[in-house]
Amino acid sequence: MADLTTEFLGIKSPNPFWLASAPPTDKEYNVRRAFEAGWGGVVWKTLGSEGPPVVNVNGPRYGAIWGADRRLLGLNNIELITDRPLEVNLEEITRVKKDYPDRAIIVSLMVPCEEQAWKDILPKVAATGADGIELNFGCPHGMAERGMGSAVGQVPEYIEMVTRWCKENYDKPVIVKLTPNITDVRYPARAAKAGGADAVSLINTINSIVSVDLDNMAPQPTIGGKGTHGGYCGPAVKPIALNMVAEIARDPETHGLPISAIGGITTWRDAAEFMAMGAGNVQVCTAAMTYGFRIVQEMISGLSQWMDEKGYSSTSDFIGTAVPNVTDWQYLDLNYITKAKIDQDLCISCGRCFAACEDTSHQAIAMSEDRVFTVKDEECVACNLCVNVCPVEGCITMEEMAAGTVDPRTGETVSDDYANWTTHPNNPGACAAE
Amino acid sequence: MAARHQASGVQAGRLSADAIAENFSDLHPAFDAHEAAVAADRCYFCYDAPCMTACPTDIDIPMFIREIQAGHPEAAARTILEQNILGGMCARVCPTETLCEEVCVREVAEGKPVEIGRLQRYATDTLMAAGVHPFTRADATGKKVAVVGAGPAGLSCAHRLAMHGHDVVVYDRRNKPGGLNEFGIAAYKSVDSFAEREVDWLLQIGGIEIVTGRTLGEDLSLDSLCSEFDAVFLSIGLAGVNALRAEGADKQGVRDAVDFIAELRQAEDLSALEVGRNVVVIGGGMTAVDAAVQSKLLGAENVTIAYRRDRDAMGASRFEQDLAASKGVKLMFNVQPVAVHGNGAATEIELEYTSNQTGTLTGTGETVRLVADQVFKAIGQTLEGAPEALALDGRKIAVTGAGRTSVDGVWAGGDCAAGGDDLTVTAVAEGRDAAMDIHDSLMG
Repeated sequence: MADLTTEFLGIKSPNPFWLASAPPTDKEYNVRRAFEAGWGGVVWKTLGSEGPPVVNVNGPRYGAIWGADRRLLGLNNIELITDRPLEVNLEEITRVKKDYPDRAIIVSLMVPCEEQAWKDILPKVAATGADGIELNFGCPHGMAERGMGSAVGQVPEYIEMVTRWCKENYDKPVIVKLTPNITDVRYPARAAKAGGADAVSLINTINSIVSVDLDNMAPQPTIGGKGTHGGYCGPAVKPIALNMVAEIARDPETHGLPISAIGGITTWRDAAEFMAMGAGNVQVCTAAMTYGFRIVQEMISGLSQWMDEKGYSSTSDFIGTAVPNVTDWQYLDLNYITKAKIDQDLCISCGRCFAACEDTSHQAIAMSEDRVFTVKDEECVACNLCVNVCPVEGCITMEEMAAGTVDPRTGETVSDDYANWTTHPNNPGACAAE
Repeated sequence: MAARHQASGVQAGRLSADAIAENFSDLHPAFDAHEAAVAADRCYFCYDAPCMTACPTDIDIPMFIREIQAGHPEAAARTILEQNILGGMCARVCPTETLCEEVCVREVAEGKPVEIGRLQRYATDTLMAAGVHPFTRADATGKKVAVVGAGPAGLSCAHRLAMHGHDVVVYDRRNKPGGLNEFGIAAYKSVDSFAEREVDWLLQIGGIEIVTGRTLGEDLSLDSLCSEFDAVFLSIGLAGVNALRAEGADKQGVRDAVDFIAELRQAEDLSALEVGRNVVVIGGGMTAVDAAVQSKLLGAENVTIAYRRDRDAMGASRFEQDLAASKGVKLMFNVQPVAVHGNGAATEIELEYTSNQTGTLTGTGETVRLVADQVFKAIGQTLEGAPEALALDGRKIAVTGAGRTSVDGVWAGGDCAAGGDDLTVTAVAEGRDAAMDIHDSLMG
């Protein structure tokens, strides 16, 4: 069985599955349950400055969207940082770390953008024995209105400045948690690196309103007739997070900067994908909040099995291996030609591929009187929509056309030469092929 | 208790009232909102959906299920009822396993179809519980149409005609409208007087007068109807029953299954209903299953369905056969009755094995005797009381197009008309389509 032991910034944990800073890590009770369930580490829910803690709303904090059978796909929250006194949290962190020395405990922090505020809290955190800190520059609601969270994460100069203060006043690893509520995630990542960050973690939640109460004409969750945007997470945000992780992993300026990936990770496969895309480990929240802590057992066994099947003995064997294959659109090979193919043995004749292709795409699927669906190669542009709407996995596949064969759609012979847009004759800015 | 159960002969009260009430509860209980949501989520919204093609009334099934998914069961009901005004009853009695659900792609893929029938019931029950009748009448046309027979075909026809502004009078030979919905069909498929409530709900459209106790050929003639009304729709069903050609068929305890079922449907107190200890039902259709299962549910100790052909030829669907078997009914195939024995009252039935090897069914000469104090005949119904002026096609009224008979101005549909299966849903479709044809010819 593959060894899942992961070393991230020199912090060892028995597996790469950490719980993200969020409600599941707000208290000693929850964190102990998480460790007993098998989680490799936790990022303790964000601590604020000493003094009276923040208060949360007393109405609903979460909203959601669902798929079939009410499977939770996206969750949104308007909860703030911990609303328990700093001292209580610090005492609990100290106790838990002492009892679980083999698990990672990172402390998430959010204090005002003043150096003194950071100088005050960092020694207290250091005294707990926690393995590192994560700077919460991501929360998009509530705290951002007070100049913290994503209000900092949206200004690269602030990120760099605060990161530097932390590096100067704290000896252990500093992870900077990034907000996705920006136009280009590479800038905040570069700023974190410039400030001396040991790693970035991403994504924090996305600005969102999940639904509108049509009886009361108010966003949900609704508090006394009003609502506000919250932070969106869960399976629905995974593609956004995956892209942002990839952007940072392949940016020459940040390439090699350790990444802790967050965003809709629900199964071992999601974790493997993020790690292949350059993440040294992953953080999970919504999946645990939906199903409870036990899911980590599926993640552990699933990742191990997959690694065994692939011959990986350690997570470092595959971390980042997909990064070189992320490129810009302009470099995609235009001579790579595929056609959809429907496996008639697997087809259940629902006709969704036909409706999708006929109504909204390229009229490339034929339907016979007796409901046999076949691809018209002469019309198929290989868009993949039929594959995506088919309810049976593996029923429709994209088959690559061999070099030398003729694409019936264009009448042209398939070439195995690589050719992309930069040299295409239709491109006004095409450079001559070398 | 045991003594009552084992009493020989045809007796009432074989089971306690509580046990009978339990036995006759809803066969497929109604979905609650959560169950409906889970079931609806399984629908793939197929293109040109096979379920829709299989439905004799062409209900847009993917659309109504999508409406349930989207939180509007009332809209789903409207989608159903636009095509099938008796969608509530059809949701209960349709053999969905041989219609929409048989061809559901999830039946094909997983052996577990979307539960279309129960979803349809959820939608129509929701609307009816709200007391809503979602259709209104068009402006009055001044035309009058007579409908003879207040069963599914007649009610469907009457409703569609009334909707288009015609005035309709529906005659029925019984004391109550509903036809087989009211007097046929197993009780556990239509609990809580649903048939009666559905008729009341349907009549909310207005413009329909129900006249009961009038029989065509007795106190009602086609000639007078034709002169009094602008059009006539006949949906008189099959009022006759085939005779049992077996020695002793007139003995006490031998009875038509349809009469037993009708009596059961109208009974105030099922525990007062008589049933034999050893019951044999002759036949292989839905009526045979309904009679056999209900005999068992009333407390008959041994119930056997004796069918002259093999299982595949049986008119009742495999689901119905399995239902009967699950209630403890024994199914015998390839046997035909040759004699009922007994001194005045039946005590035994003698069955002869059959063979179909030559292409025609013949007795093999080998016989078997079953103890039988009650024998139900469920060997088919026949057209009775059809006006002589009408041409027949085989043993039913000949029709062309949307139910046009050989006589101008007279349409027919439902079981009495040739073509189509003898199903509630088929009758509804025929009534509806004839109404549209009548409307077109009256207004054209």
